[in-house]
Amino acid sequence: MKLSVRMVAVAAVLATAACAPQTSGNSSSDKDEKTGTLRVWLFQEVNNQPKEQVVDSVLAAFEKEHEGAEVTVEYIPVETRAQRIKAAFNDPKSAPDLIEYGNTDTAGYVKDGGLADVTEDFGAWDEAKDTDPTARQSVTVGGKVYGVPYFVGVRALYYRTDVFEELGLDVPKTQAELIATAKEIRAAKPELYGLAVGGAYTYGAMPFIWSHGGELATGKGGSYASAIDSAAARKGIEAYTSLFGDDNCPAAKCAAMTGNDTITAFAAGKAAMAIGGDFSHAAVEAGQVKGKYAVVPLPGLKAGSIAPAFAGGNNLGVLKSTTHRTLAVDLMKRLASKEAQGELFDAMGFLPTFSDVRQQVAAKEAFVKPFVATLAADTKFVPASPAWAQIDAGAVLPTMFQEVVSGKKDVDSAAADAAKKMNDAFGSVG
Amino acid sequence: MTVPTGTGVLERRRASVRGGFSRPRGGSRTSGTAPRPRRGRSRTPWLYLAPALVVLGGLLAYPIYQLGLISVFHYTQAQVSGGEPTTFEGFGNYSRLFSDGQFWEVLLATVVFAAACVVSTLAVGCALAVLLTRVRAVPRLALMLAALGAWATPAITGSTVWLFLFDADFGPVNRVLGLGDHAWTYGRFSAFFLVLLEVVWCSFPFVMVTVYAGIRAVPAEVLEAAALDGASQWRIWRSVLAPMLRPILVVVTIQSVIWDFKVFTQIYVMTGGGGIAGQNLVLNVYAYQKAFASSQYSLGAAIGVVMLLILLAVTLVYLRLLRRQGEEL
Repeated sequence: MKLSVRMVAVAAVLATAACAPQTSGNSSSDKDEKTGTLRVWLFQEVNNQPKEQVVDSVLAAFEKEHEGAEVTVEYIPVETRAQRIKAAFNDPKSAPDLIEYGNTDTAGYVKDGGLADVTEDFGAWDEAKDTDPTARQSVTVGGKVYGVPYFVGVRALYYRTDVFEELGLDVPKTQAELIATAKEIRAAKPELYGLAVGGAYTYGAMPFIWSHGGELATGKGGSYASAIDSAAARKGIEAYTSLFGDDNCPAAKCAAMTGNDTITAFAAGKAAMAIGGDFSHAAVEAGQVKGKYAVVPLPGLKAGSIAPAFAGGNNLGVLKSTTHRTLAVDLMKRLASKEAQGELFDAMGFLPTFSDVRQQVAAKEAFVKPFVATLAADTKFVPASPAWAQIDAGAVLPTMFQEVVSGKKDVDSAAADAAKKMNDAFGSVG
Repeated sequence: MTVPTGTGVLERRRASVRGGFSRPRGGSRTSGTAPRPRRGRSRTPWLYLAPALVVLGGLLAYPIYQLGLISVFHYTQAQVSGGEPTTFEGFGNYSRLFSDGQFWEVLLATVVFAAACVVSTLAVGCALAVLLTRVRAVPRLALMLAALGAWATPAITGSTVWLFLFDADFGPVNRVLGLGDHAWTYGRFSAFFLVLLEVVWCSFPFVMVTVYAGIRAVPAEVLEAAALDGASQWRIWRSVLAPMLRPILVVVTIQSVIWDFKVFTQIYVMTGGGGIAGQNLVLNVYAYQKAFASSQYSLGAAIGVVMLLILLAVTLVYLRLLRRQGEEL
């Protein structure tokens, strides 16, 4: 009997020692030190050297202004950013003060309690008034601002000028023409994909849904409802999935492709057209098709219209746990200022988030014109809900496209299932 | 003596060998004849067990306890980093899981896939073990080296290499078979088949080496007698080797069941995280997608607990059945 008493005692100790899973106290810091070391995490780009130079010149000016303040910048790999940033939220002590983050992650990070509310600072910043509305939306959650836009990325239609010339084709002006042209090329040149598409290429597919008047979700603030199964959205899904097949991009290969895969195929000369971003420019230039391609905005339904594009890009944000809030906010504004964004464009080709700066750079560099035109036409953003991270990670939309193109489900039931999963996600975070 | 052999000599020989080699029946638990020290009060056995218990407790019991704990809370990234308070959910995660049609689909796929892997691995491993005893030194060495090479290859490397072998555009398999640009990972069954090949390839060496060692321990005279009685290879395996190697086969079967039920790397790498529209998901990958890809740690933990219970149940039932048949491990 003695033994069992002892066991009960041990069990009781264990139970009281840990009656709930661990949680880190990530409350906002009271301290606001004006000297010391500021830690900054920026993303490591494929060719990072020019970016470092732009950042370094900003830092030099910053350190001159603030005596006793020092900045250390760490460039973190994009692939592992999710783990790194989660870890930073979990352990405020070793977290940075300022981070660069993908703009689709905003709502998720805010819910995680990681980002500081900078609404007032953003409002008081004189340059903020020229920030374009979609970029502003990408730092806003529930009416509050959690960072500043750093650059935007948008996609347009890359096509092979030599193939079009050889076959005597015109650049498509409508979505219907785009699909017809893609199939015509494939028929004439079976070794090429007409338009390279991917079942896992969500942001390449969205313009088709948006151009038909469909939406990912409707609602504002915290409460969203999926609209992916609306009649308009289903038409868009129909149009996009019609591109998978032996007459353009065989489902056996293209169903699993991602956006990067389609660009790789285009750059390697295996596709006559692809939907790529301004950020894909370098990869295509490095491929076999250099000098044999051009870019136009992705056509919409009506002749001359541009299909609404997804406004991707990155933001800068101050962490809630920072002990140097004032300094961090100042550095954030300097890094994302009009001047620095202009320099970043010259160095990396990343499009500025200020409408006026963007117009200026478009006048200098011909290749950005179709992208700037796309941005000027209409851009859309993903729902500003923390559920989006879950929907994205759960591959809800790729699953939907893949179910349709592999013939497992028809458009209606695949869209209905996706809408249910999205609503579950919206409901679970509400 | 489950299988009648029909030849008297073989019967006698086997009986005598068996009597000589296996331990007396039921020796460890119920032997009443040998004088034993008084049970209960003595602390000595616990003292000896203590180091192992501490290690097991720290490395096994505590994580499992944490897993169970997390699975009854609402615990996502927001709770971990303190954005929202942690709330107790009871069996909420479990009821969400069990009402999700995809979970049952994935569970079924996992069971069928693991069963296919176990059967194939054991078949290949045992067949090659027997082959090893039949061939001369040089081919034996070659086979051993090939198997050890497969065994030593990390799962990621193996999966990538197999994927390349079967690549639609550049893979040598398609070229040799003249399949054009057939995509192996597109269809559900062909993708599972591809993964099965890789799993068998990297796990048969364990079975082969273990069974080979077992066969070596079987006295040659028994096999000789069986051969003299005119038993075929298959018959010798079924009536002589398999019954004698039973304890070894039990261990490798349980090991294989556990490994193949938990397969992760091969599926994750070869089907790109679960295949087209999630058609190739197995429980472990499904748990990873829930827990880490979408930060629903509590839901992932619930899947982990369910997997743990299933594996425990399978193993216990299996051991129990064996005990009923009077075998000792």
